[in-house]
Amino acid sequence: MLYFAPWKVAAILFVCALALAVAALNLLTREQLDALPSWLPHRQITLGLDLQGGSHLLLRVDTGAVVRERLEGIIDSVRDELRKARIRYQDLAIDGSTVGVTIPDPEQRDEARTLLRKLDPDTDVGMNSDGRIRITLSERAVQQRESAAVDQSLEIIRRRIDETGVREPTIQRQGADRVLVQLPGLDDPQRIKALIGKTAKMTFHLVDEEANPGDALAGRPPPGSDVLPLRDRRAQPGQEPRIVVKKRVMVSGENLIDAQPTFDQGQPIVSFRFDAAGGKRFGDATSHNVGKRLAIVLDGQVISAPNIREPILGGSGVITGGFTVAEAQDLALLLRAGALPAPLTVLEERTVGPGLGADSIEAGKVAAVVGSVAVVLFMIIFYGLFGLFANVALAVNILLIIAGMTLFGATLTLPGIAGIVLTVGMAVDSNVLIFEHIREEVRGGRTPISAIEAGFRRAMTTIIDANLTTLIAGILLYVFGSGTIRGFAVTLSIGIITTMFTAVTVTRLIVTIWLRRAQPRFVPI
Amino acid sequence: MFRGLRVVPPDTKIRFMSMHKINFALSALMVVASIVLFAVKGLNYGIDFKGGILLEAHTEQAADLAVMRGKLDALGLGEVSLQTFGSENDVLIRIEEQEGGEAAQQRAISLVREALGAGVRYDRVEVVGPQVSSELFWNGMYALGASIIAIVIYIWFRFEWQFGIAAVLAEVHDIVSTVGLFALLGMEFNLTSIAALLTLAGYSINDTVVVFDRVRENLRKYKTMPLRDLLDMSVNQTLSRTTMTSATALLALFALYVFGGEVLRGFSLAMIWGIVIGTYSSIFVASALLLYMNVRRSSGAGEAAAVAERP
Repeated sequence: MLYFAPWKVAAILFVCALALAVAALNLLTREQLDALPSWLPHRQITLGLDLQGGSHLLLRVDTGAVVRERLEGIIDSVRDELRKARIRYQDLAIDGSTVGVTIPDPEQRDEARTLLRKLDPDTDVGMNSDGRIRITLSERAVQQRESAAVDQSLEIIRRRIDETGVREPTIQRQGADRVLVQLPGLDDPQRIKALIGKTAKMTFHLVDEEANPGDALAGRPPPGSDVLPLRDRRAQPGQEPRIVVKKRVMVSGENLIDAQPTFDQGQPIVSFRFDAAGGKRFGDATSHNVGKRLAIVLDGQVISAPNIREPILGGSGVITGGFTVAEAQDLALLLRAGALPAPLTVLEERTVGPGLGADSIEAGKVAAVVGSVAVVLFMIIFYGLFGLFANVALAVNILLIIAGMTLFGATLTLPGIAGIVLTVGMAVDSNVLIFEHIREEVRGGRTPISAIEAGFRRAMTTIIDANLTTLIAGILLYVFGSGTIRGFAVTLSIGIITTMFTAVTVTRLIVTIWLRRAQPRFVPI
Repeated sequence: MFRGLRVVPPDTKIRFMSMHKINFALSALMVVASIVLFAVKGLNYGIDFKGGILLEAHTEQAADLAVMRGKLDALGLGEVSLQTFGSENDVLIRIEEQEGGEAAQQRAISLVREALGAGVRYDRVEVVGPQVSSELFWNGMYALGASIIAIVIYIWFRFEWQFGIAAVLAEVHDIVSTVGLFALLGMEFNLTSIAALLTLAGYSINDTVVVFDRVRENLRKYKTMPLRDLLDMSVNQTLSRTTMTSATALLALFALYVFGGEVLRGFSLAMIWGIVIGTYSSIFVASALLLYMNVRRSSGAGEAAAVAERP
């Protein structure tokens, strides 16, 4: 037990030196770190959002909406096909996750079924004896659709956030339909939330000028038209004036290639530009409808409905709507980044201001220093010289924890700091176990070397037992935990592993060297 | 050379086993009281588990809680609680979960911001919707359950079943008593509390394991010693280690409690209490439980002694 082969001594010293070097990386500034040669690790401990300040948002993509939209698309094509083939139909509607339609004339049923089978390869078409045809989206198609919607949402969120200039955001997919967004350094996520909360689906429709306003506003718009609220800054939400627009989409925001906030006669407006296809459709729509009003619809609300004074052929135009400067900027940003395929809801939000984060770091530092000093003094008071050995091992231990976290790229959170302070308090346990055994052996009348030797040997199984149980708890906490608590699990678990290492190597090495140098006749413990 | 002081004098011969009935009664009382408190008073769940909104607002002048409360109550957001937090300028606002799913929580925050107006800085905003809060709660429970099971399996491999049952009983005793403390003081029970309970689970079992290791070692060494004396001797032999280790852990935790800031205060307090209880249980309760377990002795004489020992 008390002999170390030279290579082992070298290995232990090497690990300690390496830990010191890796831990020291955290002292460098970002620029210094970037300037290091490429063969060195460029890592530092990341501070959790609770320490550096920032915003954590867990969003859910409403994938149900994507499937509903797809079913609505199927309804439109069913209506078109049946009309073209002059087949009479009834009760065309979405029914749960299927589209149902009834063909009253038995003679036309088979023709209708054949026709609808060809409509969409992703659907199963069945008919019952009453002539009710049910069109069901296949499970695989639904899943693909949902998954694609989440991926696409991720991309759109990334674009929108990048446009705002937040530094180093983390945007990750989580589970089937969730997106985790972490925005370090952001103290007020209201604007970002507003930005990512908007679907930003923009479409251009003609205003239905012939509709009977009384009927339409009472909720009975003519077929093919919709009643939509018209944006009005002075009105309460839900009380805006309403306007009847045709359902048919003349051009949609998908064809936009650029949008910029600008000014027109001192008023903030948004100018936009279409791609070639969009420009042509926009040109055609405006040429054929001069004198009519064109409604610009964003997320189910009419932003404005200007008169078409002349054909707009260049593929670009402007949106007016009594915007403030900020609104015009955000609208342009949303249009540039593209529409979300489905609405998002915020499931969880945790934001910490940078000031509070700094306070937490300060408090954590003070607690760590006071706790460590107390433990160090305590060990010296109660174990004398051996307490000093234990303290050296403790210092190496803390160094190893920091180095371990640096190498794993772990995140340090406030509970994580608590984990380190707690490790300081519990790590000396291994040495306490060893020292108590040595004391006993000394009392039993053994010589120093033999007492120390037996102390280390007998304590070893207990040290492993004691640490493994806490390690089990730490690992399970990591598996089931979330957010900042994981930070605690990480520091606690790394701390346990480094504790086992330092107890069996560092303390033993120091004691061995001391024995050889001092040749003591009794053990001062 | 300085040898260091002794917390516990060497060769103590405290007769722990002779007071085990009082200790059992004390422990039973504490566990029952904890369960009753938990059932009757319940835990003060934080927003992690209950859902809702938590805001830490920093005001320029000392916060006038009555005025703020008036403004917030007028919003009709249900149960709103305010308390100062650390300093007179920091107010912790808790708002119960709003009906109407995730979007309703966001609307409530906007209302609060409007009502309190400018001049208030929000240092912390936490919103946990109904879906996430129930997931967090169940994940916390799974973590607790899984770690207890994992520790039981570990103990089962390492020791004979008698020791395993005694160790697990002691562990459940420690955890239940700590949950009882949360109920008694109405301390917020959140994710950090789960972390405290799990760490305690590990710590408490390790404290017990150290004593049991010694018991087992002594069982092999002193085959004819009556079990009662052998347990007393084992606890006395490990007494110094048990107290030293608890003392260093407590030192670190006191530092966290006093200097670590408001967020960690509940965690530190739960850990401090848990370690005190854990130390008590591994000295006074866990080994005494072995008196009632049919601990196997390897020789015939030992067997007879153990049988004679059973009350």
